[in-house]
Amino acid sequence: MDPTEPSELVLLIVKIGFLALLWGFVLVAVRAVRLDMFGPTKRQQRREPPPMVRPAAPRNPPQSAHKPPTPSKLVVTKGPLAGTTIPLGSVPVTIGRAQDSTLVLEDDFASGRHARLVHHDGQWFVEDLGSTNGTFLNRTKVTSPMPVPLGAPVRIGKTVLELHR
Amino acid sequence: MTRPPLPLPPLRRPRSADLTATFAGLPLPRDSNLPPYRRRELTLLVYAGVLATSALAALTLADVGQLSLGVLTIGLGFFCLWAMAHIAVRRFAPAADPVLLPVVVALNGLGLVMIYRLDLARSEAAKQAGKHIPPSAAQVQLVWTLLAMIVFVLVLALVRDHRKLARYAYTAGLAGIVGLMLPIVPGIGTSINGARLWLRVGPFSFQPSEVSKILILIFFAAYLVNKRDVLTYGSPTLLGLKIPHARTLGPLLVAWLASLGILVVQNDLGSSLLFFGMFLVVLYVATERVSWILSGLGLFVAGAVLAYPLFGHVQVRVDGWLHAFDGDNPSSTSYQLVQGLYGFAAGGISGTGLGQGHPQKVPFANTDFIMASLGEELGLTGVMAILTMYALLVLRGMRAALGAKDAFGKLLATGLSFTLGLQVFVQVGGVMRLIPLTGLTLPFVSYGGSSIVANAAIIALLLRVSDSARRAPEPPSDAPLFDPGAVSESPTQVVKTT
Repeated sequence: MDPTEPSELVLLIVKIGFLALLWGFVLVAVRAVRLDMFGPTKRQQRREPPPMVRPAAPRNPPQSAHKPPTPSKLVVTKGPLAGTTIPLGSVPVTIGRAQDSTLVLEDDFASGRHARLVHHDGQWFVEDLGSTNGTFLNRTKVTSPMPVPLGAPVRIGKTVLELHR
Repeated sequence: MTRPPLPLPPLRRPRSADLTATFAGLPLPRDSNLPPYRRRELTLLVYAGVLATSALAALTLADVGQLSLGVLTIGLGFFCLWAMAHIAVRRFAPAADPVLLPVVVALNGLGLVMIYRLDLARSEAAKQAGKHIPPSAAQVQLVWTLLAMIVFVLVLALVRDHRKLARYAYTAGLAGIVGLMLPIVPGIGTSINGARLWLRVGPFSFQPSEVSKILILIFFAAYLVNKRDVLTYGSPTLLGLKIPHARTLGPLLVAWLASLGILVVQNDLGSSLLFFGMFLVVLYVATERVSWILSGLGLFVAGAVLAYPLFGHVQVRVDGWLHAFDGDNPSSTSYQLVQGLYGFAAGGISGTGLGQGHPQKVPFANTDFIMASLGEELGLTGVMAILTMYALLVLRGMRAALGAKDAFGKLLATGLSFTLGLQVFVQVGGVMRLIPLTGLTLPFVSYGGSSIVANAAIIALLLRVSDSARRAPEPPSDAPLFDPGAVSESPTQVVKTT
């Protein structure tokens, strides 16, 4: 046997070690996918407190305790774009066929600039921008800005939108 | 009511002796409240680099019996190459999916090591036979990988908004079909292994059908988004199937039949199957009609039955698949397939270990049959890991499609990720004798330049769609509001003031 040849045992350990490393990569990738879909687990949150909350918490006493929880995302529940979610910040969300809208509808019943959702004082309001076929909140036609409760359907053409927590 | 401005929180906790700190000075996401996508991507990327380096180390250990510092240098170089792509993602798509790029890098690293391993075996055999040592395929593939990385960065940098691609729908479709036809032109087209698919420029050969695939998909997606309502609702019914008017369906059929016809003329079974599947899925997703899938499958069966007696190479492939071990097949028509199967069998559950099998016994071991080489040396365990990685790629692509806020982005991302998945299925299924063998490459792993360049562009487009899907809405520009009535009547945007 060639003296430079590594022993069988070393090669076996290298082989098993590499396969373990390969599966380790797959598992780490799957974990990243899970983090992405469901957010960090409780244990990870404790280990890594979100830096956004910590400095602000002592200065702002909990003021939203008696208020309903503010929605964090806009979900399309019906229509061609069903399943789409848009994270809500504080900027208005524009909806329509125009390419620079936040939510671009490919719907012949929607206008170019159909409606928008505006955040004001902890509430989201839906406002019709003079659309041809109208915007409906709970089957009521929106004529002036109306507050949108959580989970109430807002219908534009064939698309139905809801605010979710 | 205005709140006093809070001091801006740090973007991330400072970590001193961390690789992340090295990258901290590089362009950061504009939206400071993004989850740490890029940090996760970097962690995974480092892992992928370690994976590729240890594959090379295991191979070197089995081949020459000792390790050298050179392995580490090569591994570091490979990581630095893809780290540039990571920096580009940081700069151009900060909110994009963190899993896609590292999985691609891991697959690419495994592929490069396996190609290098087959190089070693080939040069060993040539040395023993006293023949001239063949040029290294791994070096060529490394150059192509660099090119693929550059194309990846360019696509991310140039396509800042995927919706703009929809404007070039017809141009893209035409360019795609012209690209498919180029190899037939005498002088620049060459045929390799019986299929006339390659363009030869100097020492490099390029397969334009890989790029045409993306261009034609852009056309399909943009066209279907425009005409979806007509295709879904405004059409007469025939036998329970809605048949749209010829005027609406015309351009689609022309593009589709042209691409299929050209591929069939060029003897490229795999790509025609890929185009067909891509077309069906995009049509199904756009119209939500199962009848399209059913009629498409019917067409496929009819086409297969028609093609079988007409094309000799189809008969050879089907015969090699059904009767792989019968008569004198194992030594002639189904030789590679059977050798590949023996390779898988030799690998067993845990494989022979890198550098310790005989994958060079299969013809085309580094292109069509690279899965058999990997199966022999990494075993079932390794093959499962690789297939899981592909599943992750397709899954994240579909996730980007689900999240996309516009229909074009949805169709594009669905089409791209489905094409990637179908290609892996057709390729691996062929090698494992589940379906007849067709000549396709395994994305990112096989030796082949055009494949890795085109697939890098696909990943860049998926990242682009994913980035736009996850980014919080941007504050509106201070452009004057249009008269809503005027805009709602016009099909496109009238004025663009910046």
